[in-house]
Amino acid sequence: MLNIGNKQKRVDGPQKVTGKATYAADIASPFYHAYVLQSTIACGSITAIDTSAAEAFEGVKGIFTHKNLPERLKNKVDYTDPLSPPGKPFRPFYNDKILYNGQPIALVVAQTFEQARYASKLIKVTYEEKKFKGSLSDNLKNASADRAPEPASNRGDFKKAFKNSDYTIIREYRQSRNYHNPMEPHATSVEYKSDGSLVVYDKIQGVASSLKYLNGVFGLGADRVQVKSDFVGGAFGSGLRPQYQLFMATLAALELKHNVQMVMTRAQMFSFGYRPEVIHTMKLGCSKDGILKALSHKTVGETSTFEDFNETIVDWSGLLYKCDNVNLEYELTPVQSYTPLDMRAPGGVSGVYALECAIDELAHEAGIDPLEFRRKNYVDYDQNEDKPFTSKELMACYARCEEVFGWKNRKDLSKTEPHLLKGYGMATGSWEALQQPASVSLSMNEEGTFTIKCATADIGTGTYTVMSQIAADKLGVSIEKIKFMLGDTAFPDSPIEGGSWTVSSVGSAVASVCEKFKYRIADIWKRNNPDYQAVAFEDISFQKGKLEYGSKTFAFTEIMQQASKEELSIAHSESPAAGQNTHSGYAHCCVMVEVTVDKDLGIIKVPRLVNVSAAGKIINPKTAENQLLGSMVWGLGMALREEGMVDTRYGRVMNANFAEYHIAVNADIHDIHTEFVEEKDDKVNPLGAKGVGELGIVGLAAAISNAIFDATGKRLRKLPMLLDDVLEA
Amino acid sequence: MKPFQYTRLSTEDLSLGTTLRDSTILAGGTNLVDLMKYGVEEPDSLADIGKLPYAQIEESDKGLLLGALVTNADTAYHAAVKSTYPVLNKAILAAASSQLRNRATNGGNLLQRTRCYYFYDTTMPCNKREPGTGCAAIKGFNRIHAILGTSASCIATHPSDMCVALAALEAKVHVLRKGETIVIPFDQLHRLPGDQPEKDHNLEPGDLITHIQLPAEGFSEHFEYLKIRDRESYAFALVSVAACLKVSQGKIADIRVALGGVAHKPWKLKEVEKDFFGKEASTENFQSLAEQLIQGAQGFGTNDFKISLVKGAIVRALNNALNPS
Ligand SMILES: Cc1cc2nc3c(=O)[nH]c(=O)nc-3n(C[C@H](O)[C@H](O)[C@H](O)COP(=O)(O)OP(=O)(O)OC[C@H]3O[C@@H](n4cnc5c(N)ncnc54)[C@H](O)[C@@H]3O)c2cc1C
Ligand code: SF4
Repeated sequence: MLNIGNKQKRVDGPQKVTGKATYAADIASPFYHAYVLQSTIACGSITAIDTSAAEAFEGVKGIFTHKNLPERLKNKVDYTDPLSPPGKPFRPFYNDKILYNGQPIALVVAQTFEQARYASKLIKVTYEEKKFKGSLSDNLKNASADRAPEPASNRGDFKKAFKNSDYTIIREYRQSRNYHNPMEPHATSVEYKSDGSLVVYDKIQGVASSLKYLNGVFGLGADRVQVKSDFVGGAFGSGLRPQYQLFMATLAALELKHNVQMVMTRAQMFSFGYRPEVIHTMKLGCSKDGILKALSHKTVGETSTFEDFNETIVDWSGLLYKCDNVNLEYELTPVQSYTPLDMRAPGGVSGVYALECAIDELAHEAGIDPLEFRRKNYVDYDQNEDKPFTSKELMACYARCEEVFGWKNRKDLSKTEPHLLKGYGMATGSWEALQQPASVSLSMNEEGTFTIKCATADIGTGTYTVMSQIAADKLGVSIEKIKFMLGDTAFPDSPIEGGSWTVSSVGSAVASVCEKFKYRIADIWKRNNPDYQAVAFEDISFQKGKLEYGSKTFAFTEIMQQASKEELSIAHSESPAAGQNTHSGYAHCCVMVEVTVDKDLGIIKVPRLVNVSAAGKIINPKTAENQLLGSMVWGLGMALREEGMVDTRYGRVMNANFAEYHIAVNADIHDIHTEFVEEKDDKVNPLGAKGVGELGIVGLAAAISNAIFDATGKRLRKLPMLLDDVLEA
Repeated sequence: MKPFQYTRLSTEDLSLGTTLRDSTILAGGTNLVDLMKYGVEEPDSLADIGKLPYAQIEESDKGLLLGALVTNADTAYHAAVKSTYPVLNKAILAAASSQLRNRATNGGNLLQRTRCYYFYDTTMPCNKREPGTGCAAIKGFNRIHAILGTSASCIATHPSDMCVALAALEAKVHVLRKGETIVIPFDQLHRLPGDQPEKDHNLEPGDLITHIQLPAEGFSEHFEYLKIRDRESYAFALVSVAACLKVSQGKIADIRVALGGVAHKPWKLKEVEKDFFGKEASTENFQSLAEQLIQGAQGFGTNDFKISLVKGAIVRALNNALNPS
């Protein structure tokens, strides 16, 4: 093995750092620019909209509102995309109704972005306003389990077991709304071709989603539109569903018969999906010696009034620890807002936050070290599904994390500064290791260069690199000989890039297509070399672009020449491994943190973060580490910084910018360390690899919360935890 | 952004009185341009002062003269600022990010506008942006708002860090008004909102800040700038304290305490400070000074915590100033 398991630098690194990587807004065609005007009320309707001044403004090419939506878009049009939750998707300009504050109500298309932006301000809108009904907490009476999918089944007798427990806790935990905020704002560039067909460059985590949407809404099939997405500057779930800029740019391009580009502003990045606000109620009971006897987890989350967005939240509480008496409930409450959207480790982050805080509280009640408590309640099979795990080296994570962090002697580590309280906390994290069907094609040209295509995406995770590594190793060629291409609806189908399943799904397909290639080239070689006809495939090896048999070597290119072939092409569709059915696949981690809390000023700092993960075979430790570090930084942000501030009088996000929506910055991150333990897995997929894009954010907020308690004796039970929470607790 | 006229002023244009009255001054643009994009400020005409001759720092025995166009970064790292006015160095470096400090000017820093969420959002009621529309912050998100010197029409804060240090140092501001230089003591530059929150300061249209005059005394021995914020960099102060001390045989010979993040202007009360001259430099006295300094403080809900926080911060800052680490 040459590449797999090595810290391979990103193959697209040079393009990215020299600005040559083309993101959706970097396409250089002559575009008209589109800018969206948003509603300033949360509920009601538009009674009048006067666009005359905007139309007269220099450079303006067209204005779209509910008044002039093309008739065909009002007919039986399908606005869904592959990840639409139950309900009716948002339909821009469909009628005069206002569903949320910040809703796009007009689109101005002009020669320049600045003209479009200013002209949008000249549009006069009159509303009939209805009162905004408030946020999640104001609407709890409308919470209902009917709108939400059923969680994993209850087991045992929770009530009885809870009553008979020696130690019990009942606690509520709250999480505020978070926004994805990828570095690259959402953008779509549409090229309008002379034959009326379109090439659409979209910011999306799977081009097939955009295509499905364009087909449903505009009736554009694959014959009339090609969707491309070579590079995505982060998405974290915000690109799982097509966002409204795709609708806008396409509508304008079709109507104006011209290239149109729309790039959202940072403020507009707060006008669609988000990680929903949720409230958890946890009831846990254990025996004197710390054996978990009863667990109930109820979550109420916000959704929009038009779609029932749901996540898998409470199921995590039925999964992570051995417990025979479990009760899980999940409810949704509609609020007048856009529909929430999956965000990095959707559901897992939320469920595990509440569970890992509650476990810590129970361990404390029982007077047992939090790590010991978790070991006591370890479980080696999936109780929700009643299946074994494909692999689970969480015990090794605990052990290694304990050692690297110095958990046992942690209290001795404290140097005392008079006003600083030190605390230590930990949590378990976990994320699904799924595999989806994926297809790829491979071709080798006469120079022996391989092109592998798949409609998957690289959202910054390193797909280009990892796939090139896998192919290079499987084919026995150097990585420079591999050209991996993605993000194009002309390429073979792929699952949407999300759920940390890309390495598992696309990677396995790449490995298989390479295997197929080897059989094929061996066949050709045998056919043209009668002497070797009887050679068994097992006796051949492949190295440095050559087929090797005994002491003889035959370059792939020679074999092709001999057969007078210019190109060799192979397609392959990979189905999930059998183990995906018979077993449950999860990656796991242990995270430990050190915090300091200023006892007079409430300031919380995190001098140390350690994560040890078990995620099967790590194809590229460098990109894997990147993923872990990034998600840990975000976990810190979620714990201590991020809060989408919705004014409950107006339904408006009041901090829709990077000055006031606080993401973690470099100065917030001190010592941060991540490692992987060895984990062999022959069931999860042929590569034995689990994704790591989401794992690191799961559990981290709980670990910080637990450490704050250790330092101060205060349980803050809300996210984000701010200095005023410390002072007021 | 509304279309506007743009003029770059040259030294010859310094018959300024007329030129500037109808224009908005553009310096580094880090605040003004931002506000223009949001539609909060919609000037018809911008006067770029970047080429005017106020980009030097001059030393004299009366103190240091900071040109209005010197960047925040160059000011902070100037040798004399570092050695004689370390509290100013520390305050400037606690602000924004290095990119912003490289661009932001001293004049612009003084006149930067509030970060009130509702001021920034043109769809919201705001008396400062649109007099008479009401104040959405009083019953809204006011975690970053003022607890001192507020009025029924506005509870905004002045967001600058640099200004808090300048207030403590009792700097003076040189202003070119109708061709004449006038000198304004720092505590008279900014104002409290009263019933005219649209006015941040006491300058008149057309006034140009040319310099900031630092007095000879820089409190280089006993000083602290303590900034409390929501992240360790790139966030405005929830509360900040500039503390300067002169101590003689354990007694306070001079004491200056200015507060940021609590009022519409840096908060400093000379009468209170004077009360402590000659007293022992002790935690008890610092506590009592803190109590007096924030007397009458009033919270509006989510900013109630600032009242106890600022007391703790004053005592901590003074103790740090007393015992430099
Ligand atoms: C994201 C962000 C974070 C920030 N964080 C902080 C922080 O933590 N602490 C902090 O203190 N600051 C912070 N700042 C604010 C920054 O310090 C100010 O934006 C900057 O100092 C303004 O200077 P400027 O030269 O760019 O002013 P400009 O934007 O050019 O002008 C600002 C105002 O001053 C007027 N003006 C400028 N020069 C003169 C003059 N010579 N005479 C008369 N009027 C003049 C202008 O007309 C305008 O009204 C932050 C800014 C941003 C954008
Ligand atoms: S506090 Fe002042 S700036 Fe903020 S909304 Fe009220 S009036 Fe406007």
